[in-house]
Amino acid sequence: MNPLAALFMRDLKLAGRVGGGAGIGVLFFLIVIVLTPFAIGPDLALLARIGPAILWLGALLASLLTLDRLIAADAEDGSLDLILTGQTPLELAVATKALAHWLSTGLPLVIATPLFALLMNLDTQASLAVALTLLAGTPALTFIGLLGAALSVTLRRGGLLLTVLVLPLTVPVLIFGVSASNAAIVGPLPFGTPFTILCALTLVSFVVGTFAAAAALRHGIE
Amino acid sequence: MRLEASDLACVRGGREVFAGLRFAVAGGEALMVTGRNGAGKSSLLRMIAGLVRVAAGRLALTGGADDLPLAEQAHYLGHQDALKPSLTVEENLDFWARYLGTGDGAPAALAAVGLDTVAKLPAGYLSAGQRRRLSIARLVAIKRPIWLLDEPASALDRAAQDRLAELMRGHLAGGGLIVAAAHGPIGLEGARELQLGATG
Repeated sequence: MNPLAALFMRDLKLAGRVGGGAGIGVLFFLIVIVLTPFAIGPDLALLARIGPAILWLGALLASLLTLDRLIAADAEDGSLDLILTGQTPLELAVATKALAHWLSTGLPLVIATPLFALLMNLDTQASLAVALTLLAGTPALTFIGLLGAALSVTLRRGGLLLTVLVLPLTVPVLIFGVSASNAAIVGPLPFGTPFTILCALTLVSFVVGTFAAAAALRHGIE
Repeated sequence: MRLEASDLACVRGGREVFAGLRFAVAGGEALMVTGRNGAGKSSLLRMIAGLVRVAAGRLALTGGADDLPLAEQAHYLGHQDALKPSLTVEENLDFWARYLGTGDGAPAALAAVGLDTVAKLPAGYLSAGQRRRLSIARLVAIKRPIWLLDEPASALDRAAQDRLAELMRGHLAGGGLIVAAAHGPIGLEGARELQLGATG
């Protein structure tokens, strides 16, 4: 097994064990979705209209919840030092960590979406459309978050700063994610236009997030 | 193989920790770094491991594997043990063996530090000394010519200290190189000493 596969498997294992926090994101997502109808009232038409936006917001907040441990956990126990002395390029190592993180926290959100969409009175086609946009968009949230996690790694209570740093950067993803979902449900825009831009945002964040995070960590070497 | 430092300086947080440091260690030799608290022992080790920036001067390794940077030929054993409490002893060592090396030396290394009986236990249940031994097992599992040891004997009992001394002598006999920071004797009695902060 090569070093990256070992890192990938370790992070997946850690996420699944006690204190890994893989399930917390989905629970938080569920709570946001359940609270919305209480706040808005039993207006089914209104719920269906704002459903995609609420689902996207819920997923966005839920994916932020676990981001602060992405690199900080390794920095605190000295693992990051050893990762830096490894022969694997740091860019690949952080990308692998982010990928494992998305698989253990982002993908469950996507899988849960069709179920949670029932609570927002979305029909099958609409809920699948939201799930599809989340599948394309949540990796972007993780990779933008990777940059924030790398920047805030040396700070105590960096998680709070991380949230403030990352949220503004996620605005384009949110805009195109929600507009692609709405395009699929009510039109009049074709679904393809915003969805392609969403996919492009994910690819850009993959490249920029990875290289910027590695650069931030190297810069952190005092 | 020869590790050489000339006019080495270290600055941390805007403050000069040491400057004008020069030393040379050859393969088969050990260097004991001593000095008061805050003299820069750990900083020096982290600098050799590439974890602290070289502020001035030069740090060079000659005669090692030419295509690898210094940091990738060195083992850094610091105060933090890089262990995940929710993974078992075996999984922890196995991961580092695979990430830093080829991964086949792990079971033998676990036996070498006497932790093979608790291999299936989550690392969170280990005592401080056992965690230290697990970190030391990493040095055995992956072959790297330079060992950078920061207080390697802390929390170790008598028998484990003897075992560590034996491992270090074995490493030196095999042509390896050790730079260790310690306050007390760690079983490298013949080693040269580099005193930091003698004037401060």
